[in-house]
Amino acid sequence: MAAAEFDIPEIKDDIEIPKLREGVMSHVKSFPAPKAVQDFMGYPHELGEDWKERAIDKMGDLLGKYRSLKVFLDACVHCGACTDKCHYYLGTSDPKNMPVARQDLMRQVYRRYFTTAGKLFPKLVGAKDLTREILDDWYSYYHQCSECRRCSVFCPYGIDTAEITMAGREILNHVGIGQKYSNEILGKVQKIGNNLGLPGPALEDTLEGLEEDIEADTGVPVKMPIDVKGAEVLLVTPSADFFSEPHVESLIGYAKVFHAAGINWTLSSHASEAGNFGLFNGNYETMRKVAMRIRDAALELGVKRIVVGECGHAWRVAYSFWNTLTGIGYGGNDPFSIELQKQLDPAYPQPQHICELTNDLIKSGKIKVDPSQNDDLVVTYHDSCNVARASRMGTEPGGQFTIPRELIKSVANNFHNMADDTIYESTFCCGGGGGLLTDDLMEVRVKGALPRVTALNNVVKEYQVNFMATICAICKAQFTKVLPKYGFDMSMVGGVHQLVSKAIKLDVPPQAD
Amino acid sequence: MSTVTMIYAGVFYIAAFLLVAGLAYKIFDYSRTPAPLVIPTTPAPTTRTGVVYRMAKEVVVFESLFKSNKWIWVFGWLFHFGLFLVLARHLRYFTQPVWFWVDIVQPFGKYASIMMVLGLAGLLARRFVVDRVRYISTPSDYLMLALLLAIGASGMMMTFVAHTDIVALKEFFMGLMYLDIQPLPQDPVLLVHLALVASLMVIFPISKLLHAPGVFFSPTRNQVDNPREHRHVAAWAARLDQNG
Repeated sequence: MAAAEFDIPEIKDDIEIPKLREGVMSHVKSFPAPKAVQDFMGYPHELGEDWKERAIDKMGDLLGKYRSLKVFLDACVHCGACTDKCHYYLGTSDPKNMPVARQDLMRQVYRRYFTTAGKLFPKLVGAKDLTREILDDWYSYYHQCSECRRCSVFCPYGIDTAEITMAGREILNHVGIGQKYSNEILGKVQKIGNNLGLPGPALEDTLEGLEEDIEADTGVPVKMPIDVKGAEVLLVTPSADFFSEPHVESLIGYAKVFHAAGINWTLSSHASEAGNFGLFNGNYETMRKVAMRIRDAALELGVKRIVVGECGHAWRVAYSFWNTLTGIGYGGNDPFSIELQKQLDPAYPQPQHICELTNDLIKSGKIKVDPSQNDDLVVTYHDSCNVARASRMGTEPGGQFTIPRELIKSVANNFHNMADDTIYESTFCCGGGGGLLTDDLMEVRVKGALPRVTALNNVVKEYQVNFMATICAICKAQFTKVLPKYGFDMSMVGGVHQLVSKAIKLDVPPQAD
Repeated sequence: MSTVTMIYAGVFYIAAFLLVAGLAYKIFDYSRTPAPLVIPTTPAPTTRTGVVYRMAKEVVVFESLFKSNKWIWVFGWLFHFGLFLVLARHLRYFTQPVWFWVDIVQPFGKYASIMMVLGLAGLLARRFVVDRVRYISTPSDYLMLALLLAIGASGMMMTFVAHTDIVALKEFFMGLMYLDIQPLPQDPVLLVHLALVASLMVIFPISKLLHAPGVFFSPTRNQVDNPREHRHVAAWAARLDQNG
């Protein structure tokens, strides 16, 4: 079942806007979820007789629940501002990968069934009856969107294609065409506790092995505690951190930070995953169920702080949605929220990003670092889309850009940004986010990485950059796979805490345990 | 009273009703539909005041569009600002005495019609010239621009080429407002202009012109970025908390 062969795009000097080539990516079909996977999620696994009615009913249901969907489907004027903003369009030149065209796949049906103009004059306003062909287009092109929100930055009405993609996937699930990759992961995280399906004992073994490695490497007995009741901090991190390269280097970095600062911390086997693929599927209740594991673990372990590791979409869910979904945060005055709030330490933001925590510790002098340990590296930083455009760090807008960079600069001496129109809020997705990090979508992933790779190539040429730091498990996995296809070394990608790990001074811990 | 006057009077009552009722319904519908999650496009303001400022920049200078594409921004802004001044100028036909600021705007409004038509022409040209924009354009996208262009052109005809009986026209509209119908000047250009304006009023609440109220309800632009400090829960979602 190998994916079809395809050409690797050529890296040009600049990111070029391609001429349209209609239908060049219509053959892409992510593997559909089999019966067992759909059953667990409570979705049908094949189209029934009444699939059209089910689809339209679900669309109506979502239109009543999400103002974003309703306003975004109405407000677009087809101005074209977004047409050259999506990395998948820039990398594939398929016009249905232009944000507005991706939205129109749903908008044409919305207009036909839900608007006066579309009911009366369908041809005039581009309204169409829902057909099997349109449904297939949805499946194909709603799995060529990483929900990165770059289009929403540039839309004069803030229309966010991610909201349309999420609704599209939710409807597809309801009529019986789910995506194998995302839905399988949603099963694993709910049954086992993490996306990789790593059971508790295996996790404990892995952590013990890592402790031995660190001690052998540094001579310092840095611990990686799990399920410790009464710990101060619960660290929730993507499960890739436990045994994927380069992710694990950042996990080692977090452990060293906690050790050096003398913070009593723990992982949780029940909540051994920060990632929440419920976001990608656009199902509120799934997302809530997955997020509730964190609340349950926090209550069970009695922790005072909740800190999140390097993961882009997880940070979006944690920062923007955890308070809403699970009451992790402040300001709730209902019994559900208060139960958790009275346990949490109000001196800290809840949840807190590991970069916020480490940066504060370095700035206040509570941990010491030696940036010259990273002198072999010339570093750039890839802003992950969900961190950049859907969350914040610190107290000021834009802290999600400045805090990771401050942190990098404090642990590494050589740092250069990539081009301005490819970083901060204009950052390009790695190409593998939003539930696309699967081999059956490799063509989409490789081509979608082109804008980012182009910008990276330019700083490699200009400043001899040899390390691209990022704070997202998906970005790390995607780049290690995709960069070699463009001729780069896979080891040039890694976490910010991988740099921290090298630079941190462990010989004089401020206090003993 | 002539048949033409009666027809136009009727058409404008109906068009005004459809415009107001349609927009009121849409605004009501947007405002009652919950936004269950905090989804501002960040970096976003952390206070309500900041959101008002962000929205003002979007609505007045089209900030996001400026970041996005300078051509669309130039044409779009020329059109919208031109239209705003032209509409302000038209208030003189509906107020007696004319408000003082409408008098100030009057001379600018006259030439703003040129801005408006230039902007529209630029937007229309892009639909033909740029392959990406051509691909996404539906017949209604072209027709909408054509309609606005025709409204602008017929209006400019009366401003710059052949004046219509503006005093009688004002009496007609003041009459409509006070339910005392006065004769409408039977000038063909004026009749075309008014017919097109009435169609625009009818189309407004069922078309993409809903971007005008829509932008104010866009959660990515109107939400405050404070999810760690404030718990944001929609009514339908709050019920999940009770069920555990």
